[in-house]
Amino acid sequence: MTTKEALFKYLLRLGDTSMILAQRNAEWCGHGPFLEEDLALTNISLDLLGQANSILQYAGQVEGKGRTEDDLAFHRTEREYYNHLIAEQANGDYAKTILRQFFCDAFDFYFYSELVKSKDEMLAAISAKSIKEITYHLRHSSSWVERLGNGTDESHSRMEKAMDELWRFTGEMFEMNEVDSVLIKEGIAIDLNAVRPKWENKVKEVLEKATLKIPANTFMQRGSRDAKHTEHLGFILSEMQSLPRSLPDAKW
Amino acid sequence: MDIKQLETNFDAKLSKNENIEPKDWMPDNYRKHLIRQISQHAHSEIVGMLPEGNWITRAPSLRAKMILLAKVQDEGGHGLYLYTASESLNISRDDLLEQLHTGKAKYSSIFNYPTLTWADIGAIGWLVDGAAIMNQVMLQRTSYGPYARAMVRICKEESFHQRQGYEIMCKLSVGTKEQKEMAQDALNRFWWPTLMMFGPPDAESSNSENAIKWKIKRESNDQLRQRFVNQTVPQAELIGLTIPDKNLKWNEAKNGYDFGEPDWTEFNNVIHGNGPCNKERLGARIKAHEQGRWVREAAMAFAEKKKERVAA
Ligand SMILES: [Fe+2]
Ligand SMILES: [Fe+2]
Repeated sequence: MTTKEALFKYLLRLGDTSMILAQRNAEWCGHGPFLEEDLALTNISLDLLGQANSILQYAGQVEGKGRTEDDLAFHRTEREYYNHLIAEQANGDYAKTILRQFFCDAFDFYFYSELVKSKDEMLAAISAKSIKEITYHLRHSSSWVERLGNGTDESHSRMEKAMDELWRFTGEMFEMNEVDSVLIKEGIAIDLNAVRPKWENKVKEVLEKATLKIPANTFMQRGSRDAKHTEHLGFILSEMQSLPRSLPDAKW
Repeated sequence: MDIKQLETNFDAKLSKNENIEPKDWMPDNYRKHLIRQISQHAHSEIVGMLPEGNWITRAPSLRAKMILLAKVQDEGGHGLYLYTASESLNISRDDLLEQLHTGKAKYSSIFNYPTLTWADIGAIGWLVDGAAIMNQVMLQRTSYGPYARAMVRICKEESFHQRQGYEIMCKLSVGTKEQKEMAQDALNRFWWPTLMMFGPPDAESSNSENAIKWKIKRESNDQLRQRFVNQTVPQAELIGLTIPDKNLKWNEAKNGYDFGEPDWTEFNNVIHGNGPCNKERLGARIKAHEQGRWVREAAMAFAEKKKERVAA
């Protein structure tokens, strides 16, 4: 695998995760539990879309086949998408949405905090810009995890259920393959083994405050590094891509 | 001060075009009228998020998705300012939402029409936000201070929305055959409901008279409608779209267009709950509110616990 090929795949991993998580959060727009939270979630979705946009645009340049960010977003199938499985999980109730966001925010925070040191200037610049937004996202989601875990009996049990559904998708975020080893050698990518303990500490700290426990079953699902997804992604993409695919000659 | 004196002071303020502020004395009917109008306006912003929200997950490019998402978010922000302005008249947001959910309060009937194609997103920005601006520019000079100030902020964003909507229509109208048809079809479906947004003809408008006397409204429904038509027809022509009105004709003498009469029977049907999406729109709002109840309760319970902990 050449550096260029590895970088392209690495960028898809990052861009697709932001893209799909943004798409999921956007489903809440107009349907949030109250107006202020509706706006907050939409804001997060917008930030993630902005990140996806820059990363996929750069991915297109790196690939060098003239594909734009829209070509990459709207004209790839689910077997060519590399987003983390957790991002595509259904919104469920607000507890599940918030917990999904918290796991992703905590990952992104420590991940992009490291990636600002990347030898790839573009990647470093994108990370520097993203980290400002992610800092706010993490503050938002962790405060809500604490609130819902500690709120009422109902909110606590909803959080426990969300934990049970989502925990199994957190392990693969730290998985590394040839893409990583090629890029780590060049100082472009970062070692996810170094991100992991930071993520675990943060999660432990917030869950403790929220009086929530990690589920007994700690088996981890995997697959996104090989573009093998849960059944959700196909539906997300068919909805998202329907218009550009039905009128392939059209410009929007 | 006796009531006569208070009324005289109030009228004097109005005639000097001074704003009425929350702490000022105001006639009961003025307050009621304002609560009705501002909350209806707030509800329209919130319900208005739904038809456009319907296309967020299907917007055809990343840029289009970001613009639409930001637009719908702006509308939510407008709802927030307006609920705050209503609250300054001593009514809580909970009470206002209750009125919306029980059907006691209305919202703009335009949002009871479905968004069937992507071009509808263009048409709504261009026409619906365009019509809203006519109304809102006037309301920047409305007599109630908090309402007038909310409008100043809102108007800036609305003109942005209108430009973005028109841009979608421009792109479609120079696009493929399917895109052009989509644009014309959206205009055909949204033209008349947009004209209805200004309300019934002046001769039949029950609330207009007081609103004008109190300087809440400064122009009549028909005046605003005429101004909207005059502004919009050339915009349609510029991008090769046809206004679906056989009676549309330039009238040199009045320096404006003559145009046909909207179908007021349809308008009344929609107002009375029988538009294509009334049930869906209200249903979606009620569902969001009910499914959000446990979240709001949890947030309150948590805040209480925190307070206790600080006190302990
Ligand atoms: Fe608005
Ligand atoms: Fe608007």
